[in-house]
Amino acid sequence: MILEVVLLALAWMALTGDWSPAAAVFSLVLGWLLLRLARPLGGEGFRRVRLARLPGFLLFFLKEIVVANLTVAAAVLAPSGRLRPAIVAIPLALDRDAEIALLANLITLTPGTLSLDVSPDRRTLYVHAMSTSGPDDLRREIQQGFERRILEVFR
Amino acid sequence: MSLLVALLLVLGALFMLLAGVGLVRLPDLYLRMSATSKAATLGASLVLLGAAVHFGTAAVAGRAVVIVVFLFLTAPVAAHAIGRAGYRRKSPLWSGTIVDELADADPDRKESA
Repeated sequence: MILEVVLLALAWMALTGDWSPAAAVFSLVLGWLLLRLARPLGGEGFRRVRLARLPGFLLFFLKEIVVANLTVAAAVLAPSGRLRPAIVAIPLALDRDAEIALLANLITLTPGTLSLDVSPDRRTLYVHAMSTSGPDDLRREIQQGFERRILEVFR
Repeated sequence: MSLLVALLLVLGALFMLLAGVGLVRLPDLYLRMSATSKAATLGASLVLLGAAVHFGTAAVAGRAVVIVVFLFLTAPVAAHAIGRAGYRRKSPLWSGTIVDELADADPDRKESA
């Protein structure tokens, strides 16, 4: 809660460009009020956040974004015969709302893959991929890539 | 410095152009969402980064960073919502799609697809 309030306050001050003490107090109070208001909407949060592992996670994510954007650039320019799209069911090892939401967002952010749906029992994530050599390859890629990294940082 | 700014702006614009080309060329809703949401996010981020380097002040850089963070937080949510809504409305998959395991999991959908 405190971390969230501070992050919101920093975002507020960065956006308004006002770093005066008055702005700091105002943004902290505002952030706290907003979180109070939003709390009924939230699902389960993370169990824990290993801050020391966060930078490595972000670097891995940046690398994935750049590599994947180039792949998609090639796919967009190449003849459409090269596309091999599929909707693949990915069994989840994650079980918290926040963890699943993070994984789904990361998958959507890396080009070429789009999270479509989560099964009602929240054990399976359905992902659309632009070009895949096979459903099993995509399953392995996500389980050993993003999902493993999320487990490392948030468990 | 201005060379770096130019590089960032041109790269950003290039990714947004690619997103546009993808929107026109790709054969179904899901592929189009795949191509546009991310390339546009990266493109806009690069342009913002270019602006931050060009002005070189904390006020501009701070704003640029916050906007990039918000883009990365909101773009995938929107893309997911549109893709999911499209699937529920039975927006057709391209005929070259090799497998649809979401339809296999839900016989009701398979029937009507």
